[in-house]
Amino acid sequence: MTVKTEAVGKEWPATTYEVGKEKIGEYARVVGLDNSVHFDREAAKAAGYRDVVAPPMFCVVYSAPALGPAMFDPEVGMNFAAMVHGGQEFEWGEPACSGDEITTTAKCLEIFEKDGKGFYVFETRSLNQDGAEVVKGTWTNIVRGV
Amino acid sequence: MSDLNVGDAIPELKVTPDKYLPHRYAGASGDFNPIHIDPEFAKAVGLPSTILHGLYMMGLVARSATDVAGGDPKALKRLLVQFRGMGAPETEIAVTGTVKSVGDGKAVIDVVAAQGENQTIRNAEAEIQL
Repeated sequence: MTVKTEAVGKEWPATTYEVGKEKIGEYARVVGLDNSVHFDREAAKAAGYRDVVAPPMFCVVYSAPALGPAMFDPEVGMNFAAMVHGGQEFEWGEPACSGDEITTTAKCLEIFEKDGKGFYVFETRSLNQDGAEVVKGTWTNIVRGV
Repeated sequence: MSDLNVGDAIPELKVTPDKYLPHRYAGASGDFNPIHIDPEFAKAVGLPSTILHGLYMMGLVARSATDVAGGDPKALKRLLVQFRGMGAPETEIAVTGTVKSVGDGKAVIDVVAAQGENQTIRNAEAEIQL
């Protein structure tokens, strides 16, 4: 069996996520961050942020929903039972703060086969309400035994 | 920290996620894949038991790199990781790293997250603003 590559270049509809103060705090606590800029509005403002600021990796919360339809697209045809998350890259721009409305689009960058494994690479780009890029993500999923 | 030099080790971060951490991370992140929260499901698909979310461990790597930059969240500009091993709850994770390059007000750090000999994240590269 070989991987299907017709989905390379395909883009999926954008998703929009409104960042909330308590959700930022919930995420920050789980990964063990105690910087008050993630919890306290005044502390965040004193540090130069518009509002409570999200930790960089909070980007998974607002960008992953755009990726769902891409990963489940039959045209992509990933075998979930044999899939692992192989690699991940994020490049951050403008910080994400409480009250931001972040719109994310997903695109299939590459699908290829190597050593009997299928590699599925997606890109997400997340922009805030002012059109500034907040994060660019590159998601690599590996499927064994394609 | 502006006195970073190539080859310097960054302070080690040690965290032992408790049994219910994957449940809390699932809630915080929205990733409810049952391999992280349901031991029976995890075993049925050939895993020893529930495993940690890779992106949780990446979150610890991000925390460690941000700490090196003084703790300001916007100092972390880029983070690249390879997930190379499964992480287990109730086992200590050690995040270690070495400064790879310094220049133009930035530093690149090579980071590893491991549980004992099991390197769950390696070839990670964090770019921070100094």
